Amino acid sequence: MKWETVIGLEIHAQLATRSKIFSGASTRYGAEPNTQACAVDLGLPGVLPVLNAEVVRMAVKFGLATHSTVAPRSIFARKNYFYPDLPKGYQISQYELPIVHDGYLDIEVDEDTVKRIGITRAHLEEDAGKSLHEDFHGMTGIDLNRAGTPLLEIVSEPDMRSAREAVAYMKKIHSLVRYLGICDGNMQEGSFRCDANVSVRPQGQAALGTRAELKNINSFRFVEQAINYEVERQIAVLEGGGTVIQETRLFDADRHETRPMRSKEEANDYRYFPDPDLLPVEIEPAFIDAVRQTLPELPEVKKQRFMEDYGLSVYDAGVLTATRELGDYFETVVEACGGQGKLAANWVMGDLSGALNKAGLEIGASPVSADVLGGLLRRIEDGTISGKIAKQVFEALWAGAGSADEVIESQGLKQISDSSAIEGIIRDVLANSPKQVEQYRNGQEKVFGYFVGQVMKATQGKANPKQVNELLKKMINDA
Amino acid sequence: MHHKTLVELGAGLRQGEYSSEELTRACLDRAAVLDPQLNSIITLTGEQALQAARDADARIRSGEAGPLTGIPYAHKDIFCTKGVRTSCGSRMLDNFIAPYDATVTRQLNAAGAVMIGKTNMDEFAMGSSNETSFYGPVSNPWDSETVPGGSSGGSAAAVAARLVPVSTGTDTGGSIRQPAALCGITGLKPTYGRVSRYGMIAFASSLDQAGPFARTAEDAALMLGAMAGFDPRDSTSVERTVEDYTGGLGDSLEGLKIGLPNEFFGEGLDSTVAAAVEAALDEYRKLGAIITEISLPNSQLAVPTYYVVAPAECSSNLSRFDGVRFGYRATDPADLEDLYKRSRGEGFGAEVKRRIMIGTYALSAGYYDAYYLKAQQARRLIREDFIRAFEQVDVIMGPTSPSVAFRLGEKSNNPVTMYLSDIYTIAVNLAGLPGMSIPAGFATDMPVGLQLIGNYFEEARLLNAAHRYQQVTDWHERIPPGYE
Repeated sequence: MKWETVIGLEIHAQLATRSKIFSGASTRYGAEPNTQACAVDLGLPGVLPVLNAEVVRMAVKFGLATHSTVAPRSIFARKNYFYPDLPKGYQISQYELPIVHDGYLDIEVDEDTVKRIGITRAHLEEDAGKSLHEDFHGMTGIDLNRAGTPLLEIVSEPDMRSAREAVAYMKKIHSLVRYLGICDGNMQEGSFRCDANVSVRPQGQAALGTRAELKNINSFRFVEQAINYEVERQIAVLEGGGTVIQETRLFDADRHETRPMRSKEEANDYRYFPDPDLLPVEIEPAFIDAVRQTLPELPEVKKQRFMEDYGLSVYDAGVLTATRELGDYFETVVEACGGQGKLAANWVMGDLSGALNKAGLEIGASPVSADVLGGLLRRIEDGTISGKIAKQVFEALWAGAGSADEVIESQGLKQISDSSAIEGIIRDVLANSPKQVEQYRNGQEKVFGYFVGQVMKATQGKANPKQVNELLKKMINDA
Repeated sequence: MHHKTLVELGAGLRQGEYSSEELTRACLDRAAVLDPQLNSIITLTGEQALQAARDADARIRSGEAGPLTGIPYAHKDIFCTKGVRTSCGSRMLDNFIAPYDATVTRQLNAAGAVMIGKTNMDEFAMGSSNETSFYGPVSNPWDSETVPGGSSGGSAAAVAARLVPVSTGTDTGGSIRQPAALCGITGLKPTYGRVSRYGMIAFASSLDQAGPFARTAEDAALMLGAMAGFDPRDSTSVERTVEDYTGGLGDSLEGLKIGLPNEFFGEGLDSTVAAAVEAALDEYRKLGAIITEISLPNSQLAVPTYYVVAPAECSSNLSRFDGVRFGYRATDPADLEDLYKRSRGEGFGAEVKRRIMIGTYALSAGYYDAYYLKAQQARRLIREDFIRAFEQVDVIMGPTSPSVAFRLGEKSNNPVTMYLSDIYTIAVNLAGLPGMSIPAGFATDMPVGLQLIGNYFEEARLLNAAHRYQQVTDWHERIPPGYE
């Protein structure tokens, strides 16, 4: 039987606010345990939550960027359960009326296929603290620094049909929230993580199969591994005549498998009800308009513009708009090099990306700034240096040299474009290679490359290759 | 000195007749003698009180005193007080020293009021007789065999016994008005949102509201002025200027339209209480008020609605008492579940557990629509009844409680009978309106309370109506035998 995979994702994006969602405590990551938890975060008797207005602005940004409805009225609800790192015994979340709902995002499945993924809802909630099981013999430590950190939980429709699509969607959301400046996207620190709802059904069947919820997935690679494992597991169960049970499963990143959570951990009736300590969030059209004014150019729009303005391919435009930082870098390079979009794209996606990958650096930490790279490309464009020499200059710039012009000057790399000088060198080369000249005249045209090589060698690569080619052809035939 | 009102004491302090330190010492001394039998105070804070009194004296000398500066008061043990045990009447918080001040505490401190102690109360404010306290019941100063009412029983008894001129309380379903009635003093529950709930340990968040106890309406007005105000730490507090509540106290009641809800005078109301209330209403007629009958047709829904909404909210509010971060923790827990079960099982008393269980049930999957959602709908109907009534009348009046103070133990084994003692007060919380209880005579030698209910934020109108009545009556000046 052919099986079809059905996937929906729940992504938790930590909102990049300075203070927590319901208190004034800092959200900074990595502080000493329990140093960033105030009375409200600790759930002391008598404390009350007060909503951080910035999280509302950020959620609205996300709503606008995903063609969603921003709810004119949304409600915070309490999700009740006991856990030591949940100080109040309930998590403040949104349940029946989320702040954002019914939107979509288009993803590129491959180079020619675009697919629309529905966004069911995105709601605001507070994060819990952390339970630390290591370092405490027979006990558990509680760190409440993270308690009350604002999260936007983004729930998709079950529109994805493969792990690859799920990863493409997750990457797209990751890129978007960073474009919007509402999440730093740091997956190691848990600022961006996801749960996946996975089921399979016989190809052609309309009804959904029973799903498993995969929890605790904090990298793109793990999403793919977890889903693929789970799909195979479910198919094996069904083909073995069994039934898939609805359950929550944890992804074990070390063993690349999913396993069921103890039923105790999930057998919860959360007893949701509206939080009487918080007023409904009412959002007026004027507020939405004001937020719209602050939206940056979104990836889709930027991509179209790159294709039109710089003549880039869909693929190149897609790569260069994957993050806001990369797009900004690219455009700065284009400006600095005098508008050579394709040249800039080739360098940014080629030599620069290669070097960054090798060094494990993000674009923001590039040792070669966009202006400096642009300066280098300008010298290619105006013929001062060849593309080959440019690679040499780039290496110097990567190692910390100031500017392309300085490197060209100090290392004497300026291209030789003086015809008479090149002619002189060609003459010497031809004179010193009678055997090769003979071969060429006998029809072995590939020997031409040998002459070019000799000329370049004699000029340490500085001769203008185009001129070398032209002059060489003329002089061999004339000689 | 003990029989003087806040207004009189304030004048004495500012005129130098006595210092706040002397006054405070006198209150502490009186409490030391009388409170062992009353049990109205859980924690006496003598040292802090004397220090605060000396600070107040300095302020009075420098001419910067306000009406409350140097005035001793007793604070319900539901308000967090920095560095002082805040027990909420529960074993669960017997060891809890609050690390911060509630907004009400902070505001009273800022006004220069001197806290002499934290008062006894029903555990987590759940009760109508003060019998659910971990610290034992409070006696009614009028008859030590009867209850003072609850949940703010200690605060009401302390004022009635003249230990302090004023005190604070909280009212979720009648917890200020009912004990005020049963102890023969004046109590005011403000409009929901008028006083900050920050630092006031939550019972039912959508109903809880803090207010003052005093012997006179004028004193209550001064207390309310210091307690009220918008608080950015409480999203449900209302951004609205605090009026001068004493400003309109002399206003005439000529033409004041008073509505009497039929539903408050029917079956279940003790006839002697009814007679006292009728007599009080006659006084209002003499003062020029126009009294008409009105109807609050959904009144019968109030008690059942309340006993879904309040337990539902409390079941969630009290989840934080889990033995993990503060409060009572069971010894040697075997595992996490054992820690939770025993800490809560041993830390909470029977009434609190009963309400947590009722509330948990009402919010459970499959029951939510039938109970919680239905209760919210009923709550809207109750509120609309009042809104319609206030289109016709200025103030609604009736009995505060269906009977005078009952005997200790009389109702403690029958929760439903106990719950019905708040039958006239509960609807006011569900609607979020301001309400008062003032002394209005006696029945079988025990005080009777008259309840005044006002429209939203019309505390001043209630205080004025109470004050005018107190100018022509002396019920509020009666002293319980043995406390002269």
